[in-house]
Amino acid sequence: MSEREIAVRMSGVCKSYQRGSQNVPVLEDINFEIASGEFLALMGPSGSGKSTLLNLLAGIDKADSGIITVGNCNITSLDDSELADWRAANVGFIFQFYNLIPVLTAFENIELPLLLTGLTRRERREHVLAALEVVSLTDRMDHRPSQLSGGQQQRVAIARAIITDPAILVADEPTGDLDRVSAGEIMDLMDHMVSDFGKTIIMVTHDPRAAEKAHVVRHLEKGILMES
Amino acid sequence: MKIPISYSLRNLWTRRMTTLMTVAGMALVVFVFAATLMLTDGLQKTLVETGSPDNVVVIRKGSQSEVQSGIERLQASIITGQPEIAIGSDGSRMIAREMVVLINLPKRGSNKPANVVIRGIDSHSLALRPQVKLIEGRMPRAGSAEIIAGSSVARRFQGTGIGEHLRFGMREWTVVGIFEAGTTGFNSEVWGDADQLMQAFRRPVYSSLLFRLSDVGSFSKLKERLEGDPRLTVEAKLEPRFYLDQSEVMAKFLRILGITLTLIFSLGAIIGAMITMYAAVANRVSEIGTLRAIGFQRSSIMIAFLSEALLLGLLGGITGLAAASFMQLITISTMNWQTFSELAFSFSLTPATIIQSLGFSLVMGFTGGFIPAVRASRMSIVDALRGS
Ligand SMILES: Nc1ncnc2c1ncn2[C@@H]1O[C@H](COP(=O)(O)OP(=O)(O)O)[C@@H](O)[C@H]1O
Ligand SMILES: [Mg+2]
Repeated sequence: MSEREIAVRMSGVCKSYQRGSQNVPVLEDINFEIASGEFLALMGPSGSGKSTLLNLLAGIDKADSGIITVGNCNITSLDDSELADWRAANVGFIFQFYNLIPVLTAFENIELPLLLTGLTRRERREHVLAALEVVSLTDRMDHRPSQLSGGQQQRVAIARAIITDPAILVADEPTGDLDRVSAGEIMDLMDHMVSDFGKTIIMVTHDPRAAEKAHVVRHLEKGILMES
Repeated sequence: MKIPISYSLRNLWTRRMTTLMTVAGMALVVFVFAATLMLTDGLQKTLVETGSPDNVVVIRKGSQSEVQSGIERLQASIITGQPEIAIGSDGSRMIAREMVVLINLPKRGSNKPANVVIRGIDSHSLALRPQVKLIEGRMPRAGSAEIIAGSSVARRFQGTGIGEHLRFGMREWTVVGIFEAGTTGFNSEVWGDADQLMQAFRRPVYSSLLFRLSDVGSFSKLKERLEGDPRLTVEAKLEPRFYLDQSEVMAKFLRILGITLTLIFSLGAIIGAMITMYAAVANRVSEIGTLRAIGFQRSSIMIAFLSEALLLGLLGGITGLAAASFMQLITISTMNWQTFSELAFSFSLTPATIIQSLGFSLVMGFTGGFIPAVRASRMSIVDALRGS
């Protein structure tokens, strides 16, 4: 097998939070790599730092030390504003509680990241319709989030995450708020993203059934990444 | 703008009860603001319309009104000789030498005394004032103790109807006509022959001269010559300017009063908007985190929330202006304290008032929304997402 491209590399990453006057270490000397096109599940007890790790490599939180490279980009060297532009182009987010904008329709929620691109209205519409097709929600595109079930909302969120065609998707407990059937649908969709669209997925989960779909499962214990 | 305006609009609609209350507060302030400007504009518009653009009023230098002014007969004849004055159809110069005094007359019904302006006129007075029309009876004959009354006087004062008699200046005067002068101050005057009135009041001097220019363009040179003439100590003003100046004090007073009131009220409206916007930010913390994670810049978040506050202001501005525009239907009748004559005028909505009111409402929205919007834009993404 040929050497596969590295999608994400973390070396010597440390992160701690200030709680009052106390410094609480959350991640200690994290070193790991994810190959491009890989589906990685991150498991571990609550409070072990999974979300923090995910946030760091997605560029919404800053490491105290260490280097994080995503694609060819050392994101630890970017400032706030550069990071925002970088996220818009390179990362798709999937949250436990979907995080759709309540006042926007499914269509508009999916279109949102495209407003940061130079696409015309018509081009954006074509992209959104294609994404709606992928998540099988074309008939619900004019619905508000409150008019959709949890599973449907998460599918809208997945469509929003892939709309700009980012290389990596980060998902923080994407099935955590869903029933078994819906969770199964979401996992099938994630699988589809990896196998048919070549996305790299890093997913935090508690759900063993969800983790089954992943190619690699890593465990985090008290801020230390266990060897797989 | 990265985040579409519809996002801000729909959020306002989603919490429409709060929006409505905030907008109502702002509307009230804008209403007061606009109404004050409309009142002042209406007042000045009426006064400007009282004058004809090619008429010149001459009064004694430094006098605030005709009542205080005095022009001697010799001075009057020097001014009458000026070549810039138009020639009337009767071949004489179109100049009216007039005398103005204030007297007290009892009102109909209440019997309470109130001020009335008595104006001694001459043969050109009526022709020089196209807005004044005799609507009943006839003009007073020269050399007689006959008078005509403005319609507002005739309505409100005892003894001022046609055929009735008035006593003043130690003589009895007969009302022989009623005149109408639109919305101008002449409505609250009584007119009679200048020579008769000057004798009655033992006044040797005229109060003012009013004449028509054959060419308005010649005014500034004529003004310079008259005001520079050592035999005369007079001031010459175009008639519209003269009446505008007479309202200066009142207009300034109204403006200052109105703006002071609005500024005090606006503080409340701004705080209202600020509370509303703070609540909006607090309710949408995780939404802000999501938008930022997706890649929207801090500035976009800031603009989205500021737009929301500006929209609140704009809605308040439009509502307040719409309410104020109905004030145009109202006519106000009051005393001009500078001339002691009655003044009837309406609220007048000008484009400048519309722009200033909307501008003011936007400033209120901006001031109320600024700090909440900054707060929204400064949030850390991770904290915002955790705060859901
Ligand atoms: N913004 C923050 N401020 C303070 N402490 C935080 C913050 N984010 C996370 N933590 C702490 O860091 C630890 C790891 O959090 P997290 O990464 O969310 O864990 P997990 O996702 O594995 O449950 C927890 O103890 C949590 O309380
Ligand atoms: Mg977590």
